[in-house]
Amino acid sequence: MSIIKVTDLTKIYNKTRVPVYALNGVSLEFSEGEFTAIVGPSGCGKTTFLNMVGGLDKPSSGAVEISGTNLASLKPGQLTDFRLHNIGFIFQAYNLIPVLTTKENVEFILELQGVPAGEREKKILPLLESVGLSDKLNNRPNELSGGQQQRVAVARALASSPKFILADEPTANLDSKSADSLLDIMLKMNEELKVTFIFSTHDSRVMKKARRIITFEDGKVAGEEIR
Amino acid sequence: MLNNISWRNIWRNKTRSIVLTASVAIGLFGGIFSFAFYNGMAEQTIDNSISTEISNIQIHNPKFADNQEAVYGISEPEKVIAGIRSVNGVKGTASRLLINAMAASANSSSGILVKGVDPDEELIISNIKEKITEGSYFNTGKRYPAVISSKLAEKLKIGVNKKIILTMQNPQGVISGAAFRVAGIFKTDNTNFDEAVMFVLKEDLAEATGFDPAYVNEIAVRLDDPDDTKAVVTELGSKFSSDVSAGKIIIRGWYEINPFLEMVSGMTVQMSVILIIIILCALMFGIVNTMLMSVLERVREIGMLMAIGMNGRKIFVMIMLETIYLSLTGGAAGMLLSIIAISVTGYTGIDLSFLAEGLNSYGYSSYIFPAISPFYFLMTSVFVIITAVLSSVLPARRALKLNPAEAIRQN
Ligand SMILES: Nc1ncnc2c1ncn2[C@@H]1O[C@H](COP(=O)(O)OP(=O)(O)OP(=O)(O)O)[C@@H](O)[C@H]1O
Ligand SMILES: [Mg+2]
Repeated sequence: MSIIKVTDLTKIYNKTRVPVYALNGVSLEFSEGEFTAIVGPSGCGKTTFLNMVGGLDKPSSGAVEISGTNLASLKPGQLTDFRLHNIGFIFQAYNLIPVLTTKENVEFILELQGVPAGEREKKILPLLESVGLSDKLNNRPNELSGGQQQRVAVARALASSPKFILADEPTANLDSKSADSLLDIMLKMNEELKVTFIFSTHDSRVMKKARRIITFEDGKVAGEEIR
Repeated sequence: MLNNISWRNIWRNKTRSIVLTASVAIGLFGGIFSFAFYNGMAEQTIDNSISTEISNIQIHNPKFADNQEAVYGISEPEKVIAGIRSVNGVKGTASRLLINAMAASANSSSGILVKGVDPDEELIISNIKEKITEGSYFNTGKRYPAVISSKLAEKLKIGVNKKIILTMQNPQGVISGAAFRVAGIFKTDNTNFDEAVMFVLKEDLAEATGFDPAYVNEIAVRLDDPDDTKAVVTELGSKFSSDVSAGKIIIRGWYEINPFLEMVSGMTVQMSVILIIIILCALMFGIVNTMLMSVLERVREIGMLMAIGMNGRKIFVMIMLETIYLSLTGGAAGMLLSIIAISVTGYTGIDLSFLAEGLNSYGYSSYIFPAISPFYFLMTSVFVIITAVLSSVLPARRALKLNPAEAIRQN
């Protein structure tokens, strides 16, 4: 069953001067439990695409529907709330709140969701355990390695029990060993918890772990491979 | 947790936060301490003038109150005094005979208000005896003793034991003179008072002018607690309502006798409120600037927070809390500094004797004890919070304008 339905998505930057078609008529569907990589050369529109699907930016034309909700129909405040309850985000960097510890960073999103304090702990600790950070609960981000920081971001994204998780180049700042281990954790979550992941990457080693690979070129879908 | 984040966020850039808190602290310290200084000065002036000059309450014949003519006396003074003394909180009363006179020595002369007093009564209600700098308070054993100010002594070029001739009208309007001898010389902090009055014994003055020995044209009343003044004035007013409405007596608190005194203390409060507001307005620019910088430094982080689902209201609150914490930290430091400085100088006093002449001519003491009421700190804290809330609006709105996609993309 498809949870994300993208129809004829177009995003034009620089409308007034020389227009840039960051996305040019992209139509795609994503189903529950997917583990999908968006790949393609720099500037092909990967980030733009993930931003549109995540409701962080508005398309110039076309529509994004998530479980039957057209994102364009939501007011800004509703959209923020929609993201909070339905979509998990992992960015390339600056994922965490620098003044909060590992545990607090994960707890924060639960607090935003209004989960009562008593229930938060029950959720956080097993998650941090499964991403291998049980011994870093009270460290702040600047005391963690890049790989560890990204794993906290994964734990936070999972904690909010989203319908799917969007990850824009989550391994771009990591060495290959940390990148592998991050992807393995994501895969494990996908297999064990059936969490849907859509991530973009440049890295061919990383993209090989995906079960579906969508290639972008010049803002268009240039190819698709299911493995 | 928002509280926690905000509080920790302000210490991310320690130098900047410390500079800002220090400027808030120093600004407030300046405002609060200068208020305490002027407030102390005003309170002391009132205290001084109550304890040496006016007392808490005075009773006159209304006509005397208008033009200070000795012939307008208080009828049945014993009855009035007995009535006053039966009121709770009255420390003592003093009956006086006041006559305007010309005081002359061999060298010079000067117009003066002569206060005929009972020295024992005066001791209870006034501290004039403590102001004696030379000679003694009446008890010389010689006839017709007088206590004059150093100012008058200087003017008449006389000293202790010297003769002073008072020329004044008797009850029939005939001018006569009498010789008094200087027993003591006093000096208060108020040059105007010193220049205007001198003291003799009431019975001597009555005898010299031919007034009845029981004749009284002023009754001064001192209370145990000066804060009771208004209540006692009201109580006396109803007790003597028939005499008051018959125009026989008028009962006035110190603030009615010298409205200037109360106006000064009221003005001090107003001025200091204005001063604090001006200081906080100036500090506001610094606070806004610091918070704007802090928001601009965190564009990506704020974008990330918006992306993961932190709504505008919470982001606004986060920035506002940061501003409030930052300002209140400075405010608390400034108030602490003020409390310490006011306690120390309130105990030791600030010696302004190099300005004594100027200050005394306005009735101010030259030794200032800064004083402040706790209410003022409460008010200042409220002002600081209001300033912080106002200062946070611009930076918080700046944060809300961010588009998460662009904020995150920014490098
Ligand atoms: N805010 C913007 N204003 C103007 N042009 C933009 C903006 N954001 C993106 N673009 C352009 O849109 C195109 C697609 O950008 P996008 O960031 O989506 O590419 P990408 O595939 O994520 O690239 P990379 O692999 O380098 O991250 C690029 O040509 C880029 O220059
Ligand atoms: Mg990108």
